[in-house]
Amino acid sequence: MNNRQLVLEDGTVFIGKAFGSEEKKTGEIIFHTGMTGYQEVISDPTYAGKIAVMTYPSIGTYGINRDDMEAITPFLHGIVVKEVCHEPSNFRREETLDDFLKKSGIPGISGIDTRMLTRLLRKKGTMRAMMTNMTEAPHHVLEELKTDNMTLPVQATSITKAYIVPGRGLRIVVVDLGMKQSILHELTRLQCHITVVPYNYSVEDILRFKPDGVLISNGPGNPEEITETINTIKHLLGKIPLFGIGLGHQLFALACGGKTKKMHVGNYGNNFPVKDVQTDKTWITTKSCQYCVEETSVQNTDLHISFRSLNDGTIEGLQHNKYPAFTVQFHPEGAPGSNETNYVFRTFLQMIEEKRDKNGVNHHAKK
Amino acid sequence: MPKNKEIEKILVIGSGPIVIGQAAEFDYSGTQACHSLKEEGYTVILANSNPATIMTDHTVADKVYMEPLTVEFLSKIIRKERPCAILPTLGGQTGLNLAVALDQSGILKECNVQLLGTSLDAIEKAEDREKFRVLMDELNEPVPPSEIVTTVKDAVHFAEDIGYPVIVRPAFTLGGTGGGMCETKEELEHIVKNGLALSPVHQCLIEKSIAGYKEIEYEVIRDKKDQAIVVCNMENIDPVGIHTGDSIVVAPSVTLSDREYQLLRRVSLKLIRALQIEGGCNVQLALDPDSFNYYIIEVNPRVSRSSALASKATGFPIAKIAAKIAVGLTLDEIRNPITETTYACFEPALDYVVTKFPRFPFDKFTSGDRTLGTQMKATGEIMAIGRNVEESLLKGIRSLEIGNGDFYLPSLVSIEKEKLIERLVKADDERIFVLAELFRRGMMIDDIHHYTKIDLLFLRKIQHIIELEKDIAENRLNIEMLQVGKQFGISDTQIARLWEMSEEEIYELRMKEAMFPVYKMVDTCAGVYDSTAPYFYSTYEQENESITSDRKKVLVLGSGPIRIGQGIEFDYATVHSVLAIKEMGYEAIIMNNNPETVSTDFSISDKLYFEPLTLEDVMHVVQLEKPIGVIVQFGGQTAINLAAGLEKRGVSILGTSLAAIDRAEDRHKFEQLLEQLDLKRPNGKAVSKKEDVLPAAEKIGYPVLVRPSYVIGGSQMEIVHHEQELSIYLQKISSINPEKPLLIDQYITGIEVDIDAISDGETTFVPGIMEHIERAGVHSGDSIAVYPPQRLSEAVKQKCLHATDKIAKALEVIGLINIQFIIQHDDVYVIEVNPRASRTIPFLSKITGITMANIATKCILGEKLAHKGFKTEIYEECENVYVKLPVFSFEKLRSVDTTLGPEMKSTGEAIGYDQTLEKALYKGLIASGITIPYEGSVLLTVADKDKEEASKIAERFVTLGFQLYATEGTANYLAKKELPVTAVGKIGRGENEQNVLSLITNGEVQFVINTLTSGKQPRSDGFRIRREAVEHGIISLTNLDTAEAIVNVIDSTTFSANAMINKGALRA
Repeated sequence: MNNRQLVLEDGTVFIGKAFGSEEKKTGEIIFHTGMTGYQEVISDPTYAGKIAVMTYPSIGTYGINRDDMEAITPFLHGIVVKEVCHEPSNFRREETLDDFLKKSGIPGISGIDTRMLTRLLRKKGTMRAMMTNMTEAPHHVLEELKTDNMTLPVQATSITKAYIVPGRGLRIVVVDLGMKQSILHELTRLQCHITVVPYNYSVEDILRFKPDGVLISNGPGNPEEITETINTIKHLLGKIPLFGIGLGHQLFALACGGKTKKMHVGNYGNNFPVKDVQTDKTWITTKSCQYCVEETSVQNTDLHISFRSLNDGTIEGLQHNKYPAFTVQFHPEGAPGSNETNYVFRTFLQMIEEKRDKNGVNHHAKK
Repeated sequence: MPKNKEIEKILVIGSGPIVIGQAAEFDYSGTQACHSLKEEGYTVILANSNPATIMTDHTVADKVYMEPLTVEFLSKIIRKERPCAILPTLGGQTGLNLAVALDQSGILKECNVQLLGTSLDAIEKAEDREKFRVLMDELNEPVPPSEIVTTVKDAVHFAEDIGYPVIVRPAFTLGGTGGGMCETKEELEHIVKNGLALSPVHQCLIEKSIAGYKEIEYEVIRDKKDQAIVVCNMENIDPVGIHTGDSIVVAPSVTLSDREYQLLRRVSLKLIRALQIEGGCNVQLALDPDSFNYYIIEVNPRVSRSSALASKATGFPIAKIAAKIAVGLTLDEIRNPITETTYACFEPALDYVVTKFPRFPFDKFTSGDRTLGTQMKATGEIMAIGRNVEESLLKGIRSLEIGNGDFYLPSLVSIEKEKLIERLVKADDERIFVLAELFRRGMMIDDIHHYTKIDLLFLRKIQHIIELEKDIAENRLNIEMLQVGKQFGISDTQIARLWEMSEEEIYELRMKEAMFPVYKMVDTCAGVYDSTAPYFYSTYEQENESITSDRKKVLVLGSGPIRIGQGIEFDYATVHSVLAIKEMGYEAIIMNNNPETVSTDFSISDKLYFEPLTLEDVMHVVQLEKPIGVIVQFGGQTAINLAAGLEKRGVSILGTSLAAIDRAEDRHKFEQLLEQLDLKRPNGKAVSKKEDVLPAAEKIGYPVLVRPSYVIGGSQMEIVHHEQELSIYLQKISSINPEKPLLIDQYITGIEVDIDAISDGETTFVPGIMEHIERAGVHSGDSIAVYPPQRLSEAVKQKCLHATDKIAKALEVIGLINIQFIIQHDDVYVIEVNPRASRTIPFLSKITGITMANIATKCILGEKLAHKGFKTEIYEECENVYVKLPVFSFEKLRSVDTTLGPEMKSTGEAIGYDQTLEKALYKGLIASGITIPYEGSVLLTVADKDKEEASKIAERFVTLGFQLYATEGTANYLAKKELPVTAVGKIGRGENEQNVLSLITNGEVQFVINTLTSGKQPRSDGFRIRREAVEHGIISLTNLDTAEAIVNVIDSTTFSANAMINKGALRA
């Protein structure tokens, strides 16, 4: 196995063993604290353009299977591990992590003191990084890191054409910004009839489906740059019940007059305690976000805070005071991690039902 | 939610003496819980009969009752103390069972005491097999299907329903006799037919076999707001079939994908919610390696051995949090004590691999049945932390202090493959070594998987270690190879073996290459939050996180895994030494690897290194921390054994010098010392050659005591009465290591006395003298110790003090010293000197109120006893009588002879105290688990030399209304003494005739007194009588002194019926 280097924006260089794809890739380097679920992380479009440092030291132990993909194409730009397992053991394994990364064009580096790197990132904050082979001089790489223009990732992770996932229940339109399959799974489990549309799908087109509710999905990148979807939300608010997850939550906040900010270090992992303000109960959730909604920014809006991070009190969920619309920053679908908060999907459907009862409308037969 | 303000005083129930399956982990959890409750302002009353624990210290609870853990005594405590509530979930199964029993007795209602943590209903649902099954049905959660059958036809019918293989368990047969696994109908018919015949109630339980499933555990916590989290999950390397306490376990799980992990997490949380437990709970699950099918094996509605392990593995103190939850606090308001900035309501993220290895007692019980199954046999365990599975495994194996400290047992090298394969299938304590040996011989991984069902991932890791060994061996002195080896946890001794060099040379080579480990923090959060926990482990990587201070530091070495002869007492002493170092203003650093203990709680010391206790690992810490020295005298033989190597490498051993330790342990130097001091000792000789043994014994005169030097707890020590016995002994010990010669001593009968003293080189202070009930010959750890001595004159006591002072001064002891004497006709013979902490330190410290380990540590650090007001004297004796009784785990260790002798066999101890010896003994016996019968029968089978003495004891039993049974020889003797005795046949006399065994198996006797010469050949009659007694829960006494003591207890606690003496007739 060849050596490979990981060069950080601040000039730190880590040398390890190469695995996965040979491609040279730049990305924002973040750390993920999950002890399981590397396959979901790699395939979750939220991680588009990221280089993920896995804090759990042994990655690849159960291989890659056909079921646990969060999207068909992974958009991750690299994975950094202490140790990669080339001989996985699990009844569902189809291939090794190494093979999968090779096929997917994702470079990996192993033999890294990932704890040291994590601690460095915690102190210095998220930064850019590049994985290259050993022949490139680090100063050269640094130049490249500074000039490399990262494009709007949502364009890549969203879809270009709408499609339908039929069901017998409520009609839900999902605005796909890089949606995880597990979100679809939660909706189909609740019998929803789902139409998935691109991030820049027009309001008129969405309304033409006569949806009972609209879900703004998770996805990658800086929410402020996704103006199309922010506009869509603005127009839909009050007309159709809304639900947002992850990036969808941030876009909703922006659409309602709030502000988002980039966090010093992102929250990536399966063990984030989040308190449901209404019930005063704390749940363990999965998070993957680099941005959060600023507390002060929602004070003069029509929003109130429905979920908070237990540890630092940051906003984890918002609800509109007038209209049936709410969002969560965490991933209620889990995957990886627990889906014990998936009750919010039911809350969404209940909200739709309530609105319908109130309006006395009954255009679809209930299941 | 705020804590419960309606309660003010809480009674915490401890787990009592240490037995297999219930060990030091409950001292750790109990101590944490008491601290935690006191922190919240509650008054804590503690009941625990185990004096060797930290939790029974006065600083831990407001009031400590070291009384027997029975309904009777707890009721007395409750009536006296009137606690508002009881917390029973931290005292193991004992605590839980007592809670149920107390409730049934009505005392809780009577005194208006509420139960905290887990409701009785939940306890019953989890513990009662049938109720558990019903609950699982309600929850729609699967348990392995089973049914009780009374005919072969029903068995076959049921098996066909659930599918083969099935397990047959005949009802009420001992140790599952007659049961077994059946793969086919034919096998089933055969085994059930047999089983039904063997079962006294003609019933068999047919259960679906899930052997080979992955065994996964989840440690979960729930609060009254129904918030519930997983602290840690664990995967047993040994699949279902071997008790989890005997399995090698890793944390977190390694072979589960997120989907499987979440599936089992969901189930575990569902169960703790259904049981409405407020506190910790352990859920054991079996997962099919080839599907998502799973079964729930067991739920423990309390903290457990696994929760102690999970606490140490993650840094999340489960017992501490569970105690706070029990009084009403909730997870979202309790701070995570490691980070101090986040809350307890989260799931720890590990960035390392933890391995737990069980420590078995078979180095002591060589004839014991070593096969592993559903009955736990390990006495202790170790934990290791590494950054990869290999490193974790190898650090673990060298923490065990077995053999060479790697996956290599020389004894397996010459065993043929077929034999080894048998041992793969029928697992014993050495299976991990067996499979390593087979890998070394080139066996294919799939074959080993086929035989063991161990997951391929784990097998691959072990295979990798063996491959690495080969690569290293083939690349002698290759630095890159050395580096790779180190990263995967290979030790210097292992490399030294492979390169045929000395460990020293490898170490020097590494130092030259600046190749040493760094230390990483255990912080519950994978480095994501700032943490202050001073809890570290080593690994070979880039960044070192253990920042050293410029304070003066002292390193204390712990005692490693709990084993027979080196128990929790040494952890007790270690903890007190650490506390004393802190009091003196030094930085106290501890190294240890036992996850069950208080010493490895990161809040005890200034810094905790959770590391193997080998020279290499200790040197690494020494090099980083540069302590002023290392204290070895509290960590048992484990720490003592490291002293020489450390000193050789220039490390300062604090306190008593290494030379002094050597003078006490080296036979020859010891003899010289006593001679020089003009102290008596039994005649003896150290022999390095086998052929010299018999002549030496002849010269000394039988009976003699033989043992190898430098051993823990009298391993391989025996009293032999004649040449033939000595020859048999010699065959057993195989060879004599010339560096550790065989010791032969004259065997003197007399009163054995134990003294623990503190010395600063000038003053020798003796807090107390303990006298043994059993005459010399029974290991001091297995004897009943009495304080203050009842049979010693003041003059003898002063002689003992004088001798102790002389020895302490001559050895220049700084710290603790333990001396064992034999007193014969007012003569004082020195039999053993241990210039270190002994087993009796906690017992004596608690009785006298002198925290010996604390004062000794202060002496070690330069304080003078005189300045503290101590003189060379025996401390004023307390008024009450205190006894320390050994507690055995014989019913868990089949094929182990229960005869007491010079080799230690007990696993724990209990205390009893009261105004008289008999009352103290009575309580001590009850505390040690013995229910004293006041009527019934006694069966005597004694050796000729004991007959006279035994007849006197027999006579007293008769007076107390007991009937006597005896085997022929004994019966004749008793009859001659005009005692009413029924003679019974020996073993093997006729099938239906009454014989000694049938008396025992039918429960017709309440006592067995058996002193037939111990099992030199393992299946002697005496051995069988003793085993049967143990397995039927009948009191089996192998020493006449113990028997007499028990008679005294019965005598003094009952009234005997005596006819009036017809004085008128006399006059007439």
